[in-house]
Formats: sequence, structure tokens, C-alpha cells
Amino acid sequence: MVAATRTAELHPSHEATSAHDNYLTHAHGWKSWIFSLDHKRIGIMYLCAILLSLLLGGVFALVIRIHLWAPEGALVSNPTYNNFFTLHGAVMIFLFIIPGIPAALGNFVLPMQLGAKDLAFPRLNLLSFYLYSIGAVLFIIVLAVGGLDTGWTLYPPYSLEGTRGLGVLLALTATFIVGFSSILTGLNFMATVHSMRPKGMGWFDMPLFLWALFATGIIQVVATPVLGITVALGFLERMFHLGIFMPEYGGDPVLFQHFFWFYSHPAVYVMILPAMGIVSEVVSVFSRKAIFGYRFIAMSSIAIAVVGFLVWGHHMFTSGQSKWTNIIFSFLTFFVAVPSAIKVFNWLATMYKGDIRLKTPMVYVLGFFALFGVGGLTGIFLGSLATDVALHDTYFVVAHFHFVMVGSVLTAFLAGLHYWWPKITGKMYDERWARIAAILVMVGFFITFLPQFLSGLQGMPRRYATYLPVFKPLHQLSTIGAIVLASGMFLDAWVLWVSLRRGKQAPANPWGAASLEWATPSPPTHHNFEQTPPITGPYNYDVLEEVSEEAGWVRNDGWNP
Amino acid sequence: MSSHAKPSGERRFLQVHFETMGAQLAASKSGMWLFLASELLFFGGLFTAYAVYRANHPDMYHYGQYFLDWRMGAINTAVLISSSLSAAWSVRAAQLGDTKTLKATLWLTLLLAGAFLVVKYFEYAHKIEAGYIWGGEHCVDNLKVAGKLTEHQIEHCLSALPPEVAHLPIPEHMGRFFSIYFVMTGLHGLHVLIGMALYVWLLRRAGRGDFGPKYFGPVDMVALYWHIVDMIWIFLFPLLYLIG
Repeated sequence: MVAATRTAELHPSHEATSAHDNYLTHAHGWKSWIFSLDHKRIGIMYLCAILLSLLLGGVFALVIRIHLWAPEGALVSNPTYNNFFTLHGAVMIFLFIIPGIPAALGNFVLPMQLGAKDLAFPRLNLLSFYLYSIGAVLFIIVLAVGGLDTGWTLYPPYSLEGTRGLGVLLALTATFIVGFSSILTGLNFMATVHSMRPKGMGWFDMPLFLWALFATGIIQVVATPVLGITVALGFLERMFHLGIFMPEYGGDPVLFQHFFWFYSHPAVYVMILPAMGIVSEVVSVFSRKAIFGYRFIAMSSIAIAVVGFLVWGHHMFTSGQSKWTNIIFSFLTFFVAVPSAIKVFNWLATMYKGDIRLKTPMVYVLGFFALFGVGGLTGIFLGSLATDVALHDTYFVVAHFHFVMVGSVLTAFLAGLHYWWPKITGKMYDERWARIAAILVMVGFFITFLPQFLSGLQGMPRRYATYLPVFKPLHQLSTIGAIVLASGMFLDAWVLWVSLRRGKQAPANPWGAASLEWATPSPPTHHNFEQTPPITGPYNYDVLEEVSEEAGWVRNDGWNP
Repeated sequence: MSSHAKPSGERRFLQVHFETMGAQLAASKSGMWLFLASELLFFGGLFTAYAVYRANHPDMYHYGQYFLDWRMGAINTAVLISSSLSAAWSVRAAQLGDTKTLKATLWLTLLLAGAFLVVKYFEYAHKIEAGYIWGGEHCVDNLKVAGKLTEHQIEHCLSALPPEVAHLPIPEHMGRFFSIYFVMTGLHGLHVLIGMALYVWLLRRAGRGDFGPKYFGPVDMVALYWHIVDMIWIFLFPLLYLIG
């Protein structure tokens, strides 16, 4: 089977590519998908799996919010609530946000931005998708065997108690497997960017999305194995009583926290860096201006990846680690603000005096600036030792990380999805309704999470199934916001669905972008390019001219797909 | 299939998304080095756990090292270093197209890897039989726990104790040393097993005559993997066996 697929994929027939032959029509039947080595098809499979995970995690979120409508709980029992918030976190983090942008959109776009035919290791790419799917199925089995109520962080001793059922063991296994999927994706992307850039494209001629994916790859390859060994040790601890993490046998639960956050802090940059990469692309294209401060944006991605490894202890200010450790980690945490701010200022400078076009991706990106701004600035209060000790484990933390992880990453993911949708599907969506959906999503988001800063400041602890009546108005506002947010998401899903059925045929380059994925037809042919297009620079808009709304933009050097 | 003839010679292994064999090899190499980096971090967690427990409980390591036989460890170190030499040699043989030497060195590497595991088996078997196992299950930790061990197990546990520890106080939760020992050497042993499977695969392909001056990537990559397995052992040996 493997051999057969390999032959079929690596030595395809060289029939002439007709105008109608694209990667979607190139082969038929379900086997042509699940055994496909084409990065575009694997990207599509990832996209479907990731959107299903988003739906699952979103349903969990709605249950949580509706339950919190009343102080004593409005919907489910307290133990069930604990399962829902744990699985909401685990599914959203491991199955949606971490793989979301790199594995789905990155997979599709990265080789094309390099003018290449595929990733360096197509088989590894498919393996990575299989591992992801196995992990996702295991997380669903966790639900069936009685759930998981430890919080997504799986802290021992609570999580590794001998009396627990299968839930934790399955969750540890699932995390291990999904982790390897992430390592393989990161490794594949780094090797591809490193060794498959075409002639004429130096490191500093790459689109910034590639810099972002490369920096993400560093974190995936270096941090994820540590999570792997941590959950493996947790598994062995539970089975064989090693005495590494469980105090009962002489183990140290704080060591688990160090290991866990050594991965899980850098992991937030696995989420946000690709998001920032999308923003860099979109903001330049829809301002009709070359990106401002290219090298600073590129290098700040690397700087975030590196500095991100030195700050994990700020999750543990109240864990009992030494005073000096706390002070040093707090001090180092502020350094992350520097490269992040460099990016934001450069994006704003790109827009300055630009010819801004408010297409759907740009609407999401403007929302990203607001959400990332709020998320980033509230992070300062949590990085500061004195305020964090008071705010630790309150809704303030919940609101902060939802602003950066969901607000910023989700909007950037949606920006990217709408930006590349014509390329992926060959269809245009309805701009008006897509923009309305975008605004609903962002307004809903603000209504959901701004009140949580206030309740957190007043002392509302996170993860509680019930609360004091004084918090009721803020919680109810949050729940209303969640429903608005969900309706925006469903509206957007409908808009995209309709575009598949009735959307207009997309031109090769509908937005007038200069990176190479737009120099191939929409949808692309099986091999993306017959030959690598001439490199003109990813943000050089002088070579493009708009023909019409339907025909999109063409290059004026005569080279067009 | 098509009007184009299937590429012959070593170029039949050139995948369609690469233009030259050289580009394909360069990509594999950068991927392999990244994989090795992730392997180091994978073991890195265990080395960190080792360091943390060593710093906090030096007595445990002092006591525990006497249970490990440095002679066995030294033999295995010699075995693995030799296997790394033959692995490197096999790469050279593949590059030169010397199939005879290639097969001989692949066999040698495989056999040395097997020898390593045989020695490891005797070490493990002796410990498990005496009850010197991981964490809370270690017999020395349970000597004073009423009802945990049978008369026979207690006798067995005491009779196999290394003479050096007879006069030392028993450190609390001393089984943790063995947890670290078994997890580190166990994970390393698993890597040796995977390496052996890879060498069996290489032998099959070498038998088919797949490798030559233009296509030797797999031999090269597996050898890189094998060197990292060797290197990890070179750290494990002194840390566990020698510096109690």
C-alpha cells in the first residue's frame, strides 16, 4: 500500500495539465485523499479536522458559559462542569490552536510561497496528520470513559492519584501522540524553508509568513519533546509509582510544573507566531504598501521564539519556587514585550498612508490589533510579580489568555482562512456577509471577555462551577457575549459553505498579493508550478496590475499562470 | 504509465519535488539534524530530572551506584563506540559503492547493537530478580513496611545487597534512583531496538543494491541516528555508574 502510493505520487503520469485539472480533480475517491502525499490535500484534511475540533471545543465553551448564567449553576452538575472546562481547554489548545494555523493553512501555503512542488518530506507530513487524528480520537474516547476533571494542565498530585479511571492515562497518551505530530510538522517546515528556497530567494526575500512558520518550527522541535517526556513520565508514574512527580513516593509535583511550562509557555508562541505571520501578509496586501521594517519583523519572530524559552517560571509565581527565581522570571518576562511591540509598530507603520482596502481578511486583522493590544497590555499585570500574586488563578488570567490566544490567534486564523480561501477552493465568498460575521465575532469576543477582567479583579476564581451572587451581572454579560460570538462563527461557516456551492470562480490573484502562491491558478494544479515563477519580492506591488474584480490582478512582467 | 521512461539507476529514488539528488540529500540532512535536536530535548527532560534529584538527594545516588556494575557498563560503552565506528564506515562504503563492505559493516553494527542489549538484559534481570526495581516498589524501601514483602522476598533482597552499602544508612525513597536508572536506560534501550530495526531495513535495501555514490542518504541518516544513541549512552554511563 505504501509502496503503491509512493509510486503513484512520486512518479505521476506526465500528462499535459489542462486548464481544468487542479489538485482537487487530479485524483478521485476517498483513498486518493487519505493516502495523499500532496501537501494541499493534507492541508485540507487538517483544516477539516481542525474545524471539527474548533466546533467541539466551542460547544464545550457554550456549555460552560450557559452553566454560569446562574450563581449556583444553570445547566449541568458540578463534576460535569469540571469535565467540560478541562476538555474545552485540552481540545482547543492541543487540537485547535497549536496545529490550527501551521498544520492547516501553513501546510497548504508554505511550499507554494517557496515556489516548490511540495514539502521536503511528504510522507512525514501524512504521518503527522495520522498522529494528529489518533490523538484527537483518543481525546474523544476520554469523554466516553468518564472524562477528565484535572484542568488541561494535568497537575499532579491530583491528576495522578491511584484511584482515577482511564481518563488521565488516555489524555496523557493523546498529548504525547499529538505532540509528536507537532514536532514532525515543525521539523518538516524548517527543513523545507531551509533547503528548498528557489534560486533568487534569499532568507530576507521570503514572505514573512515563512519566517513566522520557521520560528514556530524552532519552538515545536525544541520544546515539544520536553512535553513528550513529561507526559511519558506522568504515565509511568501513574502505572509504576516512580516517585518522580508524586509526593507519596518521594516525588516533586513542582518539577512537573517546571517541565510542563517549559513546553507550554513556548507553546503560546507556537500559537501566536504563525498568527502574526498571517497579519504581516494581510496588512501589507490590503494596504497596497510594502511591509514596513521587514527585517525587524522577521528577526522579532526569531527573538520571540528564543526569549519565549526563558520565561516559563512566570506561570509558577505561587507554586513555592524561590523568591529569586520568581524575580528573575518576572524580569525576563518583560523582554517578550519588546519583539511583540516591534511587530505591532511595524504593522501600524505599514498601514500609515497606505491605500487600505477593508476586505474581510483586513477586517479581521484590524480586530487582531485591538484584541492583541488588550491581551498584551493586560499581560504586563500578570508578568509583574506583585500584581500576579493577587491575580493568579482569577478570571483576570482567563480573560488575558483568551484575548491573546483566542482573540488574536482565532481572528488571525480566520483572516488567513478568508485570505487563502479563494486559492484553496477556487471560489469567492460573499464579502458583505463575511464582514458582518467578522464584526459579530469580534464584538461578541469583547462582550465575553472584557467583563472577565473586572470579575477577576474583584476576586472571581477561575474554574469554579458556582460563584457568589455579586458576580452575576458580569457572568451573564459574558454569556451573552459568547452567544454573539458563536452566532458570528456560525454565520461565517454558512458564508463559506454557500461560497463552495454558489461562489464565483476565483481568479489566480484576487487580492493583488505578490507572494508566489498567487502565481499559480486557483485552485492550484497538482504540482503547484510547472516551473518556479521569476522571483520579484513578496511585497513588491509594482509588478502587479488590477484587470477587473473578476479577473483579479496580473503581473506586468508577462509571467502569469 | 506515460511517454517518459522511468528514471533508471540511482535517480529512480529522486522524488518529484526535488530537482537534483544533492538537493534531496541536503533536505534529508537538515531534517535529520532537527530530529536529533528534538531527541536531545526528549532525553533532556530525563537528564534534568536526574540533576534535580541528585542536587536534592546526593545520599540516594551515593547509595544507589553500588547496585550498578561498572564493568557491565564499561563493556557496553566499548560495544557501542565500536558500533558507531562500523556505522560511520558503512556510510563511507555506501558512498564508494562498495557493497561488500557496506553489507559487512551494516551486519557488524547490527550485531554490536544486539550485544549491547544482551548485556543490558543480564543487568536488568539481576536487578528485577532481587527486587531492586523502580520507585515505591523497590524492595529496600519496603523492608520496614509491614506486610508489603514476604519473608522470602526480604531474605532475597538482603542477600543480594552490595557489600559496600551494608554499613550505610538507607536513604529515604531510595527507589527513585532506580526509577531514574530504569527510565533513562530503558528509553535508551528502546532507541537501540529501533536502531536495530533500521539496520535490518538497510540490510534488505543494501541486498537489493539500492545504495551507491549518488544515493546513500538512508545509510547516512540512520548512522547519524545511531551516533546520537551512542552519545546519549556516553553520558548515561558515567552519570549512573561512575560518579555516585
